[in-house]
Formats: sequence, structure tokens, C-alpha cells
Amino acid sequence: MPFIPHTPDDVRAMLAAIGATSIDELFDEIEPALKSADFSAIDDAVEEMTMLAEMAARAHRDETGPCFAGAGCYDHHIPAAVWDIAGRGEFLTAYTPYQAEASQGTLQTVYEYQSMMAALTGMEVSNASVYDGGSALGEAVLMAVRANRKSALRRDVSTHRVAVAGACHPLYLRAAANIVRNQGIELTQTGFGTDGRADLDALAAPEPPVAVVVQQPNFFGLIEPVDEVARWARANHALLIAVVNPTALALLAPPGEWGEDGADIVCGDGQPLGIPMASGGPSFGFICTRRRHVRQLPGRIVGRTVDRDGRTGYTLTLQAREQHIRRGKATSNICTNQGLLVTAATIYLALMGAAGLRRAATRCHARTRDMVCALTAIDSVRERFDGPFFHERVIDVGQPADAVAATVAATGIVGGVSLGRFFPELANCLLVCATEKRTDAEIAAFREALAGALGR
Amino acid sequence: MSRNETIFDIGAPGRRAAAQQQPDGDVANLPADCLRQTPPALAEVSELQAVRHYTNLSARNFAIDRQFYPLGSCTMKYNPRGAHRAASLPGFLNRHPLAPDALSQGFLSCLHDLQETLKTVTGMAAVSLTPMAGAQGEFAGVAMIRACHDAGGDGERREIIVPTAAHGTNPATATMCGCTVREVAVGADGDVEMENLKAAVGQHTAGIMLTNPSTCGVFERRILEIAAVVHDAGGLLYYDGANLNAILGKVRPGDMGFDVLHLNLHKTFATPHGGGGPGAGPVAVNERLLPFLPTPFVEREQDSAGGWRYRFLDADKRPESIGRLSAFMGNAGILLRALAYARMLGRDGLRRVGEYATLNANYLMARLRDAGFELAYPERRASHEFIVTFRHEAKTLGVTAMDFAKRLLDYGFHAPTTYFPLLVAECFLIEPTETETKEELDAFVDALVCIREEAQRDPERVRSAPHSLPVSRLDEVKAARELDLAYHATARRGR
Repeated sequence: MPFIPHTPDDVRAMLAAIGATSIDELFDEIEPALKSADFSAIDDAVEEMTMLAEMAARAHRDETGPCFAGAGCYDHHIPAAVWDIAGRGEFLTAYTPYQAEASQGTLQTVYEYQSMMAALTGMEVSNASVYDGGSALGEAVLMAVRANRKSALRRDVSTHRVAVAGACHPLYLRAAANIVRNQGIELTQTGFGTDGRADLDALAAPEPPVAVVVQQPNFFGLIEPVDEVARWARANHALLIAVVNPTALALLAPPGEWGEDGADIVCGDGQPLGIPMASGGPSFGFICTRRRHVRQLPGRIVGRTVDRDGRTGYTLTLQAREQHIRRGKATSNICTNQGLLVTAATIYLALMGAAGLRRAATRCHARTRDMVCALTAIDSVRERFDGPFFHERVIDVGQPADAVAATVAATGIVGGVSLGRFFPELANCLLVCATEKRTDAEIAAFREALAGALGR
Repeated sequence: MSRNETIFDIGAPGRRAAAQQQPDGDVANLPADCLRQTPPALAEVSELQAVRHYTNLSARNFAIDRQFYPLGSCTMKYNPRGAHRAASLPGFLNRHPLAPDALSQGFLSCLHDLQETLKTVTGMAAVSLTPMAGAQGEFAGVAMIRACHDAGGDGERREIIVPTAAHGTNPATATMCGCTVREVAVGADGDVEMENLKAAVGQHTAGIMLTNPSTCGVFERRILEIAAVVHDAGGLLYYDGANLNAILGKVRPGDMGFDVLHLNLHKTFATPHGGGGPGAGPVAVNERLLPFLPTPFVEREQDSAGGWRYRFLDADKRPESIGRLSAFMGNAGILLRALAYARMLGRDGLRRVGEYATLNANYLMARLRDAGFELAYPERRASHEFIVTFRHEAKTLGVTAMDFAKRLLDYGFHAPTTYFPLLVAECFLIEPTETETKEELDAFVDALVCIREEAQRDPERVRSAPHSLPVSRLDEVKAARELDLAYHATARRGR
């Protein structure tokens, strides 16, 4: 029996100890009519060898050439040590660290993670993760509304409208809107200007929002005027929620320093920090904030303390915010988070350090510039927006990009993300990305495939 | 590690790991005012230092690979390595979430197979795999219930009923969905009080959230009557799949009258807990709630050559859907592990899960009862878990359930769930799972008997446990009052 260790002798002895004659008798409190579970649609078992062969055949079908898609999930190099260590059974098969004395490995790792994320974002505190970037934005919006309720300053504005400045990831916005909608909170998109960036004049209408969301770099890869957005938020008594790419934070000003006062809440997806693309999950969402908002943070938080003998130790803290204590009055219903991915990200950040992360970021930027040069050398391909960018760019291919992307895909290359599904006015555009992994030869192959698809 | 240093303590300015050796790229065309002026204060360590540090940290964890984890309502069963290997295949790990369907047929076919498997084991009409944990599955379920009432012009229904024994996520989820919570009592036999429930339902009832078997470790015997009461009042039934392992292969939530449910794949389908996640909380619905299912999910159609073509179905094709709950499709890697597990168990293996989980629980319960420990529900069968109460030991010896739990750690056993459910004093909720041997269960009984003897002889020994772990009991009051949540924040305060 797969994974069930009982011998016939075991079963006999156990039933005797119970005083039952059969296993079936143990279900005698259940109405017989209910016990009819029909499993006939499920196949017979296969052994591990066969299962792995079947799965390998399916996985092999999806192996592609180089990936030039980004849009929130990036093909970075992951140092070999990251998953060698994160994948150890002691991390992989541990439970949530409620028994602190038996979980110091996970707890100290999360404390180090919180420290690293606070340093990267320029915030003071971080939680121990939420599910992904999209749900992190949803939780950040709920948190901003709660934080605002606590503030006596804010009687004059709509307490249920959060405004999104510029081009924030459309899938993050959909997820966030679906998460906050049932609490009567509205996410208003104020759109982007002709330069693809935030339009400050659109933010205030029809009334000042309780919070402003801005993504840096934005969904199109463009550098947003975040100092101006931060000043606007401050002047209008709105909290500022920053959505950021953690790799970019090694290079770009941290949200804690935007404008004069910085952001209030910083969130995003941790996938660039040593997590494989893996169809978008599991990765993890991060949320960092100011110390004054720590009681509004959702999810687990680890604190450093001492034990009875005065030794340093780590434990889950501020649990009175959480569902298992506060039940219906908790800051969120989140329980299981993305712990193992946080462990991997911590090891990744330890191995990369500030210098290594900056080098990954600058090389992504340089590779993307090389790629844009190569692609725009094709007649009819041009950059859709001007202005500085990090490691993604919108290119206009002069004809419906869906079909172009499909033709490129037939060569095995994942040639970016066509934008018509998100922005009808950008139906001729592809969002393309080149990480530090992309080689000159791969960029040349992409250029050739794209030129072929365009009939050039 | 004996010095208990953090990664920040062992670094030195200018030290580099191999991963940091690549040259800088050129950023001359980025405007200076958008750039970071001061590098983030990350550790500066060698690759060996990092590897040694985190390997040593891992040794300070309990884990299923090292210890028995009889954690009630958590189903800490063995996590098969084959499933881990399958999900780690390069074609799965390297797939971009927005890769075109044409380059994703292998992955999509896996999702489709898992959807079908989960439909069968739950007895429901359709499945969406996208929720990333049980709590997100609950959110999806209650959001669907709400959307269903709204679509029927019944927008006044905003009350979610939960039994007092429910997991904290249930009431927290109801609140997140903009609903109010109404609690119903659980009787002395562990079942919901029917008169209480009948009084609670009415025109404001959106639905009830139930775990069955319940967190009292017993099967809710009047489930069909409960379903009738709630349905007659116009409400819907939500099944919290936290305890599905107990009845897998025996009873299906769909047959009990539930309209919507979630499964915890990190429990019933043996995917690793990872020290707190990731999990996966797929939702399943009956026909009535089908239009509201969260997106995306996978559909297939036959092409002209007779082969199957798989594709994602998104909200644009499902106008009544509650939509997506994350940026992409969910915790794909966990879903692949669950499929691999189901494949290795097959039809008969999946049926055996509930049987042997129940056998182990009832055996362990009988052994503890015979050893003189008090059961909370002695007249009942255990499901896959059961409750022991230490109220007698707490009163006569001054040794609490928490003390027993901490001392168990010294004996090499992870503690059971303690002080939950809230309605039983000084309790352990014990769930052995089907993957543990009789010998392991016997050793656990022996350990508890030893600890009770210690408690009689030298109660302070038990009250001051654990003694053999890297730390003794931690000062949680200090942790909450003098918040130290980040190394650098401490340093800035002049450490």
C-alpha cells in the first residue's frame, strides 16, 4: 500500500486494541446511505517510476526556447545553493512555527527575511509573506483603509476609494479588486498619460482617495515620477502604497525615500528573488510598512526575544491580529502563507548581497536595452513609449500582436506578452523583457523570429 | 551556530559570494534622481558561510522527515519525494505563467486531470484550482455564496453561520467577504445543537461553514438534517475541507448536501508544509454555484484529429465569476505534486487514506484511554483525530496541556494541536495520519505516560520544559512589547 506502513498483523492488533472487528466498523457513526463514494472515474495506481515518466513526458512538451516575457514573472539565474538548502527536508516538511522551541530554524530565517525586506524597501517592518503580488496588493489596500479609519485627520475624504496612478499590473489590479470588493472598497484606475506614466491630475477626481497605489517600475517597465506621486499623496492626506520589483530596488530609490515622507506600505511579488517561474506559483507576496502601521499588517510576523535562560530566540508575535486568536475581528483570514519561498528568497539575498543584486539589476537593464536595439532595427517595430525603463519595454509591431506572438511561439521562443487583452489601445504591442540570462545569440534568434512573423 | 548569530553578524564589508561576481551593467541612461543612493543593508558573506548558516538553521527545526507530528486538523502525513521530483521537472519549473496555451499543453493537461480527480473525490460538479491556501479557498467559497445570493436578488443575505468549534479562518473569512458571523453551539456529544441552528437561520442567512468531521474529532451525524435546515431557510452549505482526510474514499461532501467546498492539498494530498506554506486550496462547487467559480480554470476540447486541446478559461468567458484571486493561476507547483500523489495512490490507494487515518486515530485514542488519559468525547468514534483533555492533570498536578506539549518536544515528538478547539479545556487535538507505523504510535503513548509520571514526581521538570532544544520557553510578552522585527531596525536604535 503506497505510503501506508501497516502489515496485516498490525491491523489485527490495532483493531483488537480498539475492540472493533473491521476498519469499516470504525465508520459506523456515518449513515450507510452516505457511504457510497464512487471513485470509479479514478485510474488504478501507478508506481513512482511510471508516474515520473508520465509527468516527464508532459513537462517535456512545455519546454521552450528562451523566454522574453516578464509582466511580473522573470527568468533570472538562481544560484545552485538556494534550492539545495531551501529544499532540505528540515525546511520543506516543517509545519508553521507555532511551537517556537521546535522551529527556531524557520523563525530565525523569517526574521532575517523581514530584516532584508525592510532594508530593500526602506521600511521598518515586514510580514512573513502573503500569497503573491496580486493578493499582496489586495491586502495592502485593506490595510490602508484600516489604518485610515484609525486616523482622526481623515474625515473629509472618501474612505472607500483607493486610486491607482499610472500603469499598475492589470492582473494585480483584478486580483486586488476582487479581494476588496466585498468590503465596499473601490479601486479606481486613473489611467496613464501618453507617455505611459502616471497622470497626477487624474488622481483627485471625483474626491480625494484614501490611498494612492503606484508601481515602480510600472507595468510597462517605465520609471514613474514617484517623488511627485508621494508629494501628491502627502498633500492630499492619502496613504501611499508602492508596488515594487525587489530586483529593481537594488538600483532604484527605495519607497521609504520617495518624496519627503516616503511610502506608507510597500508590496509586491518575491518571485525575482530566487523563485523559479513555475507557471506563476508558488512565489510569495511581500508587505512592508512603517512601524506605526504594524498592528494593521496582515499575516504572520516574527519577533526576536529571549528564552527563560536569557538566550536569544525567535517567536511569532503580535498574534492578536491573526485569525486563530481574533477570529472574525482579525486583520485578514490568511493562515498558511508561502513560507518555503521566503526561505529560498532569504538564502538568495544572502548569496547575492547588495552588490550581487545590483549587478543582476544592472545587467537586466543592459540586456533589455540591447534587445530593444535589436528589435527596433526591424522596419515597422518601434518603442511605444519614450522615457527611461528598467528591464521591460513596450514595443509596437504595427499589426495585431496576438497573432505575431503566436507565430513567434511556433519557433519555441516565448516572445513577450501581447497587451491587447489588457489594453485594447495597445493591441499592436508586446511587452518584452530580457533578464541577465539572455545571451546575444538568443536575442538575435528572437529578432529573427519576430522579423519572420512580421514578414520582414 | 551555537553562538546563535544572524547572517548579518557573520559578514564582513566587501566580502562576496560567487553569485555576486558578475560585472555591473551600464545604467548611464537612467536619470540620477531615480537611483538608490545607499545600498540596502544586506549581509556580505561568502557562499560557504551562507550555505553553512542556513544548513545549521535547518537543523533547529522539527520536520516530518525527522519527527512524528500528531497535529490535529493539520494532517502532517509523509510528503512523497516522487511528487516533489515530478513538480521539479525543468519543463514545469521554467514555464512562464503567460506562455501561450500552445506551449503549455503538458501543464494544462495536468491541471485538467487534477480538476477531474478532485471532482470525483468530492462529488461536486466543477473545480477551480486557483486558491493558494485553505483560507483563500474559503474566501472564494463565501464570495461565491454572496455572488449567488446577489444574482438571485437576495442581497440581504449576509450572515454566515459557524459552529463555536470552527477554525478561526471561518469567521475571519466571513468578515473579509463583508458578511457578519453568527455562531451556533456545539453540544456535549460534539455535534451541532440542532435547536440552536434552527433558531439561527432565517432571511439573513447566507450560509453555514462546516468542517466534517468537525474539529472535535467526530463525524457530524446529523449532517443531512443540517443541510435541510439551512437549505430550507434559503442558505447554502460550505464544506471546510481541513478534515477531508478522515473520510476520503468513504463519504463525499457533495453527497452530504454541500454546495461549495475547498480542499487543503497540503493536508489531504500530502504536499509539504514548507514551514508555513505554500499550500493550495482548490474550490469545488455544485451546478448552482458553477457560474461564479474563480478563474482561471482549464477546459479541453477535441480537435479535428481527435486529440485534446487544453486552454485556460478566464473571466472574459465567465461574466458571473468572482474572478481571479492572484496574478496568475495559483500555486502550480503544489497542484502538480497533488496530481503526482493521486496518480501513485490510484483509486484504491485514495480510498485507503481515510480508512487507515481513521484506524490510526482510533487505535491511538484507545491506547491513551487505556493508559488513563481523559477523552473529551469518550462515547464517540474518533474520526482521523480526537481530543484528550488534561484538565485533571492541570488541577491536581498543576501541569497544563501546554506543559505536556513542551515536554513532548524533549521526547522527540512534535506537540499535538493545543488549546484548540476552544470549547474543551486543557486539550490536545491529536491527528496521527495514515502514514505512521503502529510502533511510532506506541512510542508516543509511552512518552505521554512517562511525562505524566514525571509530572507526579517532579512537576517543575515538566513545567520548565523543553530542556533539550536550542532554546527554552520564549518570553512572548517581551517579544510583543519590545518589538524587534528586523535586525537593522535594532542596529539603528544604537545597538
